[in-house]
Amino acid sequence: MRFVDEYRDPTAARALVAQITALAGDDEFKFMEVCGGHTHTIYRHGIEHILPASVELVHGPGCPVCVIPMGRVDDAIAVAKEPGVIFTSFGDMMRVPGSKGNLLKAKAEGADVRFVYSPLDALRIAVDNPDREVVFFAVGFETTAPSTAITLLQARARGVSNFSVFCNHVTIVPPIKAILESPDLRLNGFLGPGHVSTVVGQRPYRFVSAQYGKPLVTAGFEPLDILHAIAMLLTQIREGRCEIENQYSRVVREEGNPRALAILEEVFELRPHFEWRGLGFISQSALKLRSEFEQFDAELRYHVPGVRVADPKACQCGEVLKGVIKPWECKVFGTACTPETPIGTCMVSSEGACAAYYNFGRMHREAAVTLGRKSVTATL
Amino acid sequence: MCLGIPGQVVEFVDTNDQLARADVSGVTRIINIGLLEDEHLQPGDWVLIHVGFAMSKIDEEEANLALASLKLMGQAYGDELEAFWSSRITSETIGG
Ligand code: SF4
Repeated sequence: MRFVDEYRDPTAARALVAQITALAGDDEFKFMEVCGGHTHTIYRHGIEHILPASVELVHGPGCPVCVIPMGRVDDAIAVAKEPGVIFTSFGDMMRVPGSKGNLLKAKAEGADVRFVYSPLDALRIAVDNPDREVVFFAVGFETTAPSTAITLLQARARGVSNFSVFCNHVTIVPPIKAILESPDLRLNGFLGPGHVSTVVGQRPYRFVSAQYGKPLVTAGFEPLDILHAIAMLLTQIREGRCEIENQYSRVVREEGNPRALAILEEVFELRPHFEWRGLGFISQSALKLRSEFEQFDAELRYHVPGVRVADPKACQCGEVLKGVIKPWECKVFGTACTPETPIGTCMVSSEGACAAYYNFGRMHREAAVTLGRKSVTATL
Repeated sequence: MCLGIPGQVVEFVDTNDQLARADVSGVTRIINIGLLEDEHLQPGDWVLIHVGFAMSKIDEEEANLALASLKLMGQAYGDELEAFWSSRITSETIGG
């Protein structure tokens, strides 16, 4: 079968699919992959089409670009337009739409907006431009937040006074909780995020099985990792277990990275509330700079409008982020909303469910429709 | 920005700022290794790099696995590599 032949080890892939099919039997299962990197792998490799029809994957809120609400983008643009400011951002954030355009538009209108690979690049720009104010647009889960934290520690140690951070770091556990609480979603378990877990470890997920009775298996990014993790979830369910397991133990440790966690603790504290695109306000779900670092806090240095902006009417990112609808079910998918002209954030980053599906999914779906789902499975 | 890319530590550059030179697909750039302070990194070790920081120590087999699947990502990996190559986190000029 076409997609499996592209895998590193087609024999192992076939065996895993056979195991999943046997374990699933006649029952229906829905598993959510929390991480955008997994979503990308799933569409890139057509995993949904080699799985039996009874096993459905639902995409979760784990793309940090996709969860930034419009109001925060507007705030970023307001800071970028302050006189004397050099505004630095990861490339992915540049095209995220605010209510009146994105950072690229602000740049075209004269704001000094620069793309950086690392927060340390932003700090370097500050050191090289002592007569300018450099602001770094910090986004990301616990994978990225330690990098911002180390950068802030260095800025303080070196006394760099023209550097600040517009902090939008979010944490992984509260959105999982919000999804578990959401009434319109029935899930049988989770594929746990890979890279975030290298930092936070496995412990923070214990509530998923302990309080909500759902299994979670942290998975790697290879197609075989994802198939393996699905088989592990089904095995747990069939054996009547409900546990937090680690398929990606090659990289993820039970305790995570204690050093990174200590640095996070030193630099950041939890915000009382933070708005997530599509999920609304979630308490204690995002990070802000501790008062010891307030001289580096762009929200205190500049006037940020802080206005809450409702998503455009046509936009259904919220439902996509919660896994209620598939990307192609959004009314503007692929017509008004494309990676070139995104209406919603899920179409911007390559890890966003809509962009991943737009880029890779369609060809797989067309192939699957032509072949018919049953015959696809049969030719495995 | 969410991709972790595998690189090989070539040498330590500045122990105060915890910097090392790392080779990613034949190009070397400076990365920060402060998050792996307790891992006793040595030149030759493989690490997963995320926004200019070594995130985790991995073995060579894992590095090859990760590289193979990143290459299949096409554009997304190309963008990430280009971003990595654009990085200049110290003032020293580096070949490649
Ligand atoms: S197609 Fe566009 S507007 Fe619709 S959910 Fe996806 S990103 Fe949001």
